[in-house]
Amino acid sequence: MTTKLFGEPVQRREDPRLLTGNGRYLDDLGREALAAAFVRSPHAHARVRDIDVTAALDVEGLVAVYTWEDLPERVGRALPLLIPHPALTHGRTAYPLARDVVRHVGEPVVMVVAADRYAAEDACALIEVDYEPLKPVVGLEEAVQGAQLVHEDVPGNVGAHLVQEVAAADGRGAREAIETAPHTLAFRLDIERSASMPLEGRGVYARWDGRDLRVYSSTQTSTSVRMAVAAALGLPLPQVEVIAPDVGGGFGVKIVHPWPEEVLVPWAAMTLGREVKWTEDRREHFISSAHERGQVQYVRVGFDDDGRVLGLDVTILHDHGAYTPYGIIVPIVTSTQLLGPYKPGSYRVEFTAVYTNTVQVTPYRGAGRPQGVFCMERTMDKIARYLGKDRTQVREANFIRPEEFPYDQKMTFQDGRPLIYDSGNYPEMLRMIKELIGWDSFEAGPGRGIGIGCYVEGTGVGPYEGGHVQITSDGRVHVSTGLTSQGQGHETAFAQIAATELGVPIERVSVVTGDTRRFGYAVGTFASRAAVVSGNAIALACRKVREKALRIAADALEANPADLEIADGVVHVAGTPSAAVPLSTVAVLANPLRYAFDEETAKATQFAGAAAPDRPPVAEGEEPGLEGRDYYSPIRSTFAAGMHAAIVETDPDTAEIKVVRYAVVHDCGRLINPMIVEGQIHGGVAQGIGGALYERMVYDQHGQLVNASFMDFLMPYATEIPHVETGHLETPSPLNPLGVKGAGEAGVIPVSAVIASALEDAEGIEVNRMPISPSELFELRAARMG
Amino acid sequence: MEHEITLIVNGVPRRTGVPARRLLSDCLRHDLGLTGTHVGCEHGVCGCCTVLLDGRPVRSCLTFAVTVDGAEITTVEGLADADGGLSAVQRAFAECHGLQCGFCTPGFLCTVTALLRENPAPTEDEVIDGISGNLCRCTGYQNIVKAVHRAAELLAEEA
Amino acid sequence: MKPPPFAYHAPRDLVAAVRTLAEVGGKVLAGGQSLIPMLNMRLAAPEHLVDINRVAGLDEIEVTPAGVRVGATARHADVEAAGVHPLLTRALKLVAHPVIRNRGTVVGSLVHADPAAELPAVLALLDGRVRLARWDGDGVAVREVPAADFFVGPMESAVEPDEVAVSAFFPALAPGSGFAFEEVSRRHGDYALAGVCAVVTARSAKVACIGVGPVPVVVELGEAWSDWRAAAAVVRAATDPEGDIHASAAYRGHLVGVLAERALREAAREGAAARGA
Ligand SMILES: Cc1cc2nc3c(=O)[nH]c(=O)nc-3n(C[C@H](O)[C@H](O)[C@H](O)COP(=O)(O)OP(=O)(O)OC[C@H]3O[C@@H](n4cnc5c(N)ncnc54)[C@H](O)[C@@H]3O)c2cc1C
Ligand code: FES
Ligand code: FES
Repeated sequence: MTTKLFGEPVQRREDPRLLTGNGRYLDDLGREALAAAFVRSPHAHARVRDIDVTAALDVEGLVAVYTWEDLPERVGRALPLLIPHPALTHGRTAYPLARDVVRHVGEPVVMVVAADRYAAEDACALIEVDYEPLKPVVGLEEAVQGAQLVHEDVPGNVGAHLVQEVAAADGRGAREAIETAPHTLAFRLDIERSASMPLEGRGVYARWDGRDLRVYSSTQTSTSVRMAVAAALGLPLPQVEVIAPDVGGGFGVKIVHPWPEEVLVPWAAMTLGREVKWTEDRREHFISSAHERGQVQYVRVGFDDDGRVLGLDVTILHDHGAYTPYGIIVPIVTSTQLLGPYKPGSYRVEFTAVYTNTVQVTPYRGAGRPQGVFCMERTMDKIARYLGKDRTQVREANFIRPEEFPYDQKMTFQDGRPLIYDSGNYPEMLRMIKELIGWDSFEAGPGRGIGIGCYVEGTGVGPYEGGHVQITSDGRVHVSTGLTSQGQGHETAFAQIAATELGVPIERVSVVTGDTRRFGYAVGTFASRAAVVSGNAIALACRKVREKALRIAADALEANPADLEIADGVVHVAGTPSAAVPLSTVAVLANPLRYAFDEETAKATQFAGAAAPDRPPVAEGEEPGLEGRDYYSPIRSTFAAGMHAAIVETDPDTAEIKVVRYAVVHDCGRLINPMIVEGQIHGGVAQGIGGALYERMVYDQHGQLVNASFMDFLMPYATEIPHVETGHLETPSPLNPLGVKGAGEAGVIPVSAVIASALEDAEGIEVNRMPISPSELFELRAARMG
Repeated sequence: MEHEITLIVNGVPRRTGVPARRLLSDCLRHDLGLTGTHVGCEHGVCGCCTVLLDGRPVRSCLTFAVTVDGAEITTVEGLADADGGLSAVQRAFAECHGLQCGFCTPGFLCTVTALLRENPAPTEDEVIDGISGNLCRCTGYQNIVKAVHRAAELLAEEA
Repeated sequence: MKPPPFAYHAPRDLVAAVRTLAEVGGKVLAGGQSLIPMLNMRLAAPEHLVDINRVAGLDEIEVTPAGVRVGATARHADVEAAGVHPLLTRALKLVAHPVIRNRGTVVGSLVHADPAAELPAVLALLDGRVRLARWDGDGVAVREVPAADFFVGPMESAVEPDEVAVSAFFPALAPGSGFAFEEVSRRHGDYALAGVCAVVTARSAKVACIGVGPVPVVVELGEAWSDWRAAAAVVRAATDPEGDIHASAAYRGHLVGVLAERALREAAREGAAARGA
């Protein structure tokens, strides 16, 4: 009869509906809705001279065609710059529909609404847009030259430039420290673009009843979409509700908002007085959503004979694509999380974020960390190679020691707060990963290598999340939180927290996320923050409800609240199981009634004799109902960490690369549900392998994305992914009541670094660019042969 | 022009009128309201739209509804046991945490159901080859592979 | 990504099929595993589609000592399961994924003529042929096109717009011959970056290569070789690969050499075993 569920591999509560076809994803809703489709720019850079829609007007089923000029002033405004930053001196965002210039292939130019998607696409095909092609800027090198501009008013294509420096203890800067270091190395690293690529694309469905607007969006943040939509449409917030239904994966891309379609579809629904739905198709997702990862890094490092880093100087060129709606979070994360579990003597990092005529860059799972970790871990490997030392030894020499926590990296993190690590045990983690993969007994040989990569991940960033918990008179517990779910099993993990805190069977707990009708204040699901921020908020809300339940039960049982406990949904006096009252009854008592609607509630009506005549039915300071709401606002991020290791084999003739073993040791603080955490890691590693060996966005010189399909953008199948072995270390976070840290992104972060490390070991060739294909390995081999 | 067609979907004859270009995936989802079949790419690569056509898994996004007039179709909504309980394959996916967002899941369930009918005790390689045409962006496949073996076990126990 | 509108025809017999095609023009729809993706992406917009899936008798797989004749609507999976031609069976396992093979047709793969597809190489290597039918005004006119003339260019076969390919004939392997099909693709099931199909007998060796030319590159190596590496070099010299986003031309060239050697060795070993040598 235990209700201790925290930490157990509880089976998922969302599964029964998802396994039977009863999930409700965006396109499963609104069967009667009109369908929207878009004419999107075929040019990477062009001026829109004229739009002729006449040929489309005859299409059967056509309802409306809109260009930018048709939009009211408010709706047609440039989309908001979500995260301003002083270093982002030239932030630029797109218009919902192209106003005069298009800046990447795929930018929406005309919106079509028709009876169904087939007809809408027919109409799109007949609309003629007259473009004056402009020279596109493609690739980082071309962008920094600044000969051609993406935005006329952004000189040199530079959107942002930021330098952060942490001086050595003696006050010297990193560059100086490197000059005088016993050894120095300098090199360049390249990481190419990939993308979140959830199997469900984006989508929006809107209903307007003349007064209230209801919007469904496949989003990672319904509360923020709500505010953005209300603002763009000039509606009072209470008249707009936004719901994230079941969402078929997000991985970052769906945190961006409002997308053009999130403004345009509701506007069209209001304008037409009809339900309107837009479901993104795969090609649209490739060319009109967001990408990430593209960076070039120039690294200089100075170190001593033990491999201890005395100075590290990294200059990053970050490809931001055509717009910066999400600010410069990605390069900031790269710059700060690059440090990993290490404490370089001094550190200087400078990034320049430049515009190119390509799809905009916003966070994709890992959000800049994979690039930072690639940089630091390549650096560690190069130092080891230079000194002839074991790669793990060099890492160990640079680790923050367990006794040094909390450890201040003296930088500013992505939340604007100091980069202070809360807890961790890196040497122990290294010992574990070495044991798991068999590092010390591994025998390298031609075509067989082992690699390692370490990372620290700031998780659970603020500002806050909230939780609402209500126990109804049937004894059921209803939990809601504002952030959203895209497969992370929040309905299960949060139910475990609530069941544990309240002492009720988990079957009685239900959880709703991402529905502004249920909870209006939230930030969203990103940065591995859900378990930390919403999890703690829900725990705090449960504690409030528990306290209230005990107060009311104490009254009913004429006992002292301190002597009461709750088990299996029943409040009883400790040691006297017969003196008990079920939570269902407590819920009834918590809400004094005039009218009954069943036997149970009859107990709370005014002649039932439950209330004392000398007190008001609802005592001062109390509220009716057995419910509570609380918020958790972390002082700063928690810092999860992990170390991965892999063994790869390469074919001496075909240069095919095979990952034969992959091991992960991971510390995300206290585990709420180990089964779910492992699942997150497996999925992250698979995305990491994709990013290391298969996936890239290939633009040609004209700015055309030449592999915009699943035929040519190579997401791995089961046949490409190795079995992942996992080990867990738990160093609870001292920062929050549950002691948890986030886990959502962990799996993906170090994979490129690990694979590069193992390949280098197998091949004896330096690997400075990711991803790498057999063809590229072949070229590297050929170059070595001279 | 509309074509009158009849599909036997999950054992029930369903008549509907479709234009020739109606993809089977859209017909099932939008004409018949069976939204359990998902659409992730509409060019045959992801496998989300996989349904059973006369017992064999096929891509419903690469099939016109008119072409299969008269055929038997099984979708994820029709996989449950006769008594309405989850099938062995569905239970195994839940037990082994073989799904996260669930978007790819209906395609996997259909593929695996057919796979195990043909080969009730597949080897590891046969399992991986059997699901090799279905993408999942969430799970990294490990628990899906585990679920297929588990489903084979459950089916054997219940046979 | 929805297909453009088209008029649909579903003839029940071959006469109706070829007549319709002659009258309205348009495209033949077989398994749809290549055509429908192109329609969905609106890369093709035929006004008429002649669906041959209901044409009686086209799904036959006819086996004679001379070889296997595969009808136009015989699915990859059915031909694979029939197991009537070991080289064809081997090649079919390399085509896409099992689910695609449940619908895709062998003849469709040939007509589609993707330079990286496996089945054209098999037909070319075996000197097979494709039977084409058209309406000549009063009846069905049939012609047989040998593989050497069938593959015209990338995604281009000898099938005229008014013709239906009714079957393909794959000659049986000579007794005592060994065969192999080696390929490298990025992901399992993808079209090959390069591939080599080889047949070796006591007195001859022959290969067909894919992904390294506009059509399958067939190389007759003549009498038996002892040095397969040298033979592979000859194969490699006969190819003229191009680079794309998945592989450079140099890599493809290198790969075809490696795969040719592997395939020839394997085929020779098998052949020798078959001959009890
Ligand atoms: C994800 C995926 C992966 C794939 N991987 C591979 C692979 O690795 N190797 C490979 O070889 N193929 C691959 N394919 C293609 C697949 O094998 C196709 O099925 C095949 O190329 C075409 O056969 P079909 O019957 O589907 O033809 P359809 O798609 O129906 O037709 C293709 C073309 O041929 C014409 N045509 C077809 N049959 C006839 C006929 N009888 N007479 C006249 N014209 C005809 C059509 O008009 C059309 O132009 C893949 C497909 C997909 C979706
Ligand atoms: S939607 Fe059919 S395979 Fe992707
Ligand atoms: S569970 Fe999300 S794609 Fe497979």
